[in-house]
Amino acid sequence: MIANLLHPGKIIAITTLALAPLGAWAQGFANLGSTAEDFTAPRPGVDLIFPNDHAAHPDYRIEWWYLTANLKTAAGEDLGIQWTLFRSALAPSEVDGWQSPQIWMGHAAVTTKSDHRFSERIGRGGTGQAGISAAPFSAWIDDWEITSSDATLDELTVKARGQSFSYNLHLRTDAPLILHGDAGYSVKSADGQASYYYAQPAYEVSGTITLPQGPVAVTGAAWLDREWSSQPLAEDQDGWDWFSLRLDDGAKLMGFVLRGERGDFTSGTWITPDGTAQPLAPGAFNAAPRAWSQVEGRQVPTSWQVSLPERDLNITVDALNPQAWMGVSFPYWEGPVQVSGSHSGVGYLEMTGY
Amino acid sequence: MKHALYCFLSHWRRAPLQLLLLIAGLALATALWSAVQAINSEARASYARAVEQLGAAQLTALTSPEGTIPVETYVRLRRAGWQVSPVLEGTWQADQNALTLLGVDALSYPGAPAMFQAASARGLDLSDVLTPPRLIFAHPTTLPDLMAFERSIPLPQLPPRVVLADLSLAERLLDQPGRLSRILILPNQPKGLPDLAEIVPELRQSQNSDGALADPQRLTRSFHLNLTAFGFLSFCVGLFIVQGSVTLGIEQRRGTIRTLRCLGVSTATLLQALFLELLILALVSGVLGLVIGYALAALLLPDVSATLRGLYGAPVEGSLTLRPTWVISGLVMTSLGTGAAGAQAFVAMRRMANALSRSPVASARMTWRSQRIFLGASAVLIAAGYLALKLVPGLIGGFAFLGGTLLGAALLLPPILFAMSSALLGVLRAPLWRWLVADSRLQLPGISLSLMALLLAVATNIGVGTMVSSFRLTFLDWIEQRLPADAYVEVTSATTANQIMEWAMQNDARALPQYRIDSRTDSAPLRIYGIVDDPLYRTHWPLLEAEARVWDRIYDEGAVLISEQLARREGLQTGDQIALTPDWTTQIAGIYPDYGNPDGQAVVALSTLQARASGITVSRVGVVAPPGVSTADLMQRLRQDLNLTSDKVVEAEMIQRASVAIFDRTFVVTGALNILTLGVAGFALLTSFLSQWSKRLPHLAPVWAMGITRPQLARLELMRSLAFAVVTFVLALPLGLLLAWALLAVINVEAFGWRLPMYLFPMEWGRLFAMTLIVAALASLLPALRLMRMSPATLLGVFASDR
Repeated sequence: MIANLLHPGKIIAITTLALAPLGAWAQGFANLGSTAEDFTAPRPGVDLIFPNDHAAHPDYRIEWWYLTANLKTAAGEDLGIQWTLFRSALAPSEVDGWQSPQIWMGHAAVTTKSDHRFSERIGRGGTGQAGISAAPFSAWIDDWEITSSDATLDELTVKARGQSFSYNLHLRTDAPLILHGDAGYSVKSADGQASYYYAQPAYEVSGTITLPQGPVAVTGAAWLDREWSSQPLAEDQDGWDWFSLRLDDGAKLMGFVLRGERGDFTSGTWITPDGTAQPLAPGAFNAAPRAWSQVEGRQVPTSWQVSLPERDLNITVDALNPQAWMGVSFPYWEGPVQVSGSHSGVGYLEMTGY
Repeated sequence: MKHALYCFLSHWRRAPLQLLLLIAGLALATALWSAVQAINSEARASYARAVEQLGAAQLTALTSPEGTIPVETYVRLRRAGWQVSPVLEGTWQADQNALTLLGVDALSYPGAPAMFQAASARGLDLSDVLTPPRLIFAHPTTLPDLMAFERSIPLPQLPPRVVLADLSLAERLLDQPGRLSRILILPNQPKGLPDLAEIVPELRQSQNSDGALADPQRLTRSFHLNLTAFGFLSFCVGLFIVQGSVTLGIEQRRGTIRTLRCLGVSTATLLQALFLELLILALVSGVLGLVIGYALAALLLPDVSATLRGLYGAPVEGSLTLRPTWVISGLVMTSLGTGAAGAQAFVAMRRMANALSRSPVASARMTWRSQRIFLGASAVLIAAGYLALKLVPGLIGGFAFLGGTLLGAALLLPPILFAMSSALLGVLRAPLWRWLVADSRLQLPGISLSLMALLLAVATNIGVGTMVSSFRLTFLDWIEQRLPADAYVEVTSATTANQIMEWAMQNDARALPQYRIDSRTDSAPLRIYGIVDDPLYRTHWPLLEAEARVWDRIYDEGAVLISEQLARREGLQTGDQIALTPDWTTQIAGIYPDYGNPDGQAVVALSTLQARASGITVSRVGVVAPPGVSTADLMQRLRQDLNLTSDKVVEAEMIQRASVAIFDRTFVVTGALNILTLGVAGFALLTSFLSQWSKRLPHLAPVWAMGITRPQLARLELMRSLAFAVVTFVLALPLGLLLAWALLAVINVEAFGWRLPMYLFPMEWGRLFAMTLIVAALASLLPALRLMRMSPATLLGVFASDR
């Protein structure tokens, strides 16, 4: 999954509006698409080492811990949750206290067919308000957290709370981590922009979601994405459509379209039911909008035709709730989807730059 | 109804001048009131805008009894889910200037958008705020103090001398790494959070979350209360005009009312017509008044802003915005005022409509019985005012005392005039004089209200004038004492200061360096000066209260002198202990006046200061010329020997002159309002003289018929008016002095924290007396001229149409 924060046009609009203190950080991000300056750049052929790489990489400009889950209530109602922690560095270092150039941002959301609630947290590294610890694993900002009792990501507790919602979920898996791209080195453009990218797409979830009408028990499946980079965008790329799909036959598909002036760049990973990752060649993954919805004053494609000819896959991906707009400092669309066609299933869709 | 109203209003067609005066009077009163309101709301909006955009308007803050809070406590709150924002506040020595530095977390501070807007206007962004060299924000007038600091950004919402930076910079500048002054509780907390008492039992909640940002609001509150009181007084004086005119209008329409009643118009309809008439008058005058008031406010605002800036350092923009609330409140005020002033007219009208045949004169005659009502009301008001002064603390009590006394005294005026005229009638023998006095007494009910207005206006003029002049005299004296040296040298470093001291020693001159540090008490900034032992201090330094051997106690025993404001605010007296900094407590040996300074101040011996405090700076060195050397020569030699630019060496007299100029500017507005109030009172007088006019013809005609010529009558008319003015002035004088006393000894103490001695200015009274006479003469001139030019036929006609 690639950042939803990087669209320069949006960022400038936010800066002028100055809606939130964060709005102003905007330009700190805006140059992400150009140079990496003093930051470390991802290189191919580097082995990811765990649990170290679960923790933060302050010398890279941007990084995230990105969890989405497709859940069901006992009554059979579909819903989805999002828990994301972003790290953005103004300088490639970490120091204690207020001097820290590391900025952390959390996004949490609960989406049902008719309801979408979200919240945002912002904090600075160095003070302890937000951060990551590797052993035992913990990622937190304020009282939102993902914690593990050990250094692995196999068993996690996830908590977040907004003004009108909260959730407390337990995640468990035996499946191995998935390394996207070339052993975790994931190329993002024809110019060679890349990131380190791995995932745990096979959690079983149980827990409680509290909405204004009261707490409700939920079960389902979750997908955790980990990615870091210093220059993840080509200059001409201005938006993303990212899919994480969990098919009923046990296979999973991660695919993305990077929309650029010089044409789209698509890539992804096919994950077999036994948990083997098979990287897709650029262009193998196809996604085209089928229908658009009016969302927060803009047109957003909330129904997609997705095909992967090499796997005989030709599916329709529909948003559970087309109004799943994340109206945070850097607004984007993120919500649960339902899959039909040659395969069926559920998943998550993220769209930026609309 | 329509016809009744039409008939009713047609009266004004016959009396256009009266209508004009009525509208003008009401408009003028509204204008003064609304001008003051516009100025006040503009100033308040300026402060509120600043606090809202930058601070924490209405937010609760968590503070620690220990002083500062460790950053870990902030993180503890955050980790518990509380949405909070940290602030570190302290005094920062930027070169030679002590500034209040607010350190905030640029990611969570409610005022951050204003910071970023200011930064992005310079093409800078978040990383410039958070990463070295980092930005510092300041009011445009404070930027020159940050010359050495290259990354300073103008932010007009800040009060002057308060600068803002991200915590990452502020904690370093203030040398308080990891420490916080307070933690703001942000709005919109998530539900179900643990109690604060559980997470941070050591912190207490405080409503005052703005710290230095709220200083302008806190400091200027009393100034605005003063302005409001003045505006309200003018408004009341204006209402006297309305009252007189409207009541007269009813009196004059006795015939019309009788006719309408005979035609079958009900009393209710007539009362409705009167109501509509008053409403129309109020709205027309109100709109006119608002227009004039707006213009007046625009005219006065630059001076007021200058005052506020000069006196308190409060940022008020010099331009006026039209606020709908202001327009509406102005109109409501005028309508209510007109209603109150017209209440008597309703009563009169009702009486008239019900009893159609009673003589107008009899009902208007003043009796001893009606005097008792005046006396009673007056006694109640004065007693209430006195009780308020004794029982209600603060400015409110002071103003209640002023209001009660002024109104009570004004109500005394008619009985006094009545008693005087009755006494005169007992003494006078000449028929013409007896007639004049008796006739005047008959007129009392009609004009006593406007005479009351005149009384109030004159008393206010004397009171405020005495206050300002006493203040000025005290100020002049004080500033001379506070600047005992002959010349002052501005220095930017201790090295230069030492050079000057050395030079003084070699040249037989004396140097008085002003060493100081800046601290802060709970409520306000505190500046502490360290002075050398020079005989000039012992002879010149003004003291209000002192222990025996005060100077020995200062120089030998480490005692402190504190300013009157600080003493009053903290309730301290000579002999008490005071904590100058968290770890420095000492005894107060004396209290000195420090006029015009909103902040606290203290003076200790330089040796004490050096022993107890760090970060001492020096900004000015006073130099006393050697015997036989003139100040000009001294300054010349200082410049030459020490290679100082001429602007660095300033004559003491120059500083005094500049201070006095600022002082005078401060009271420009007061002066303007004074004159306007007197003008309104003059208008009131003119209105009532004119309104008496038609009623008086039946009384004048017989006198004329008995051989007193019209010019003679006119002269008598003028004389009478002057006599009224003289009596009013004589009564206003003690009242004005009482007002002055209350302003100096009660209001000033509450508002500014200093009590001023009262001086008397008989010359001023003489000038005011002359002005009162002129106002009275002008007011009676028009009726007198009319009388002179009146055709005998009109006077004869009185007999023909006598009822």
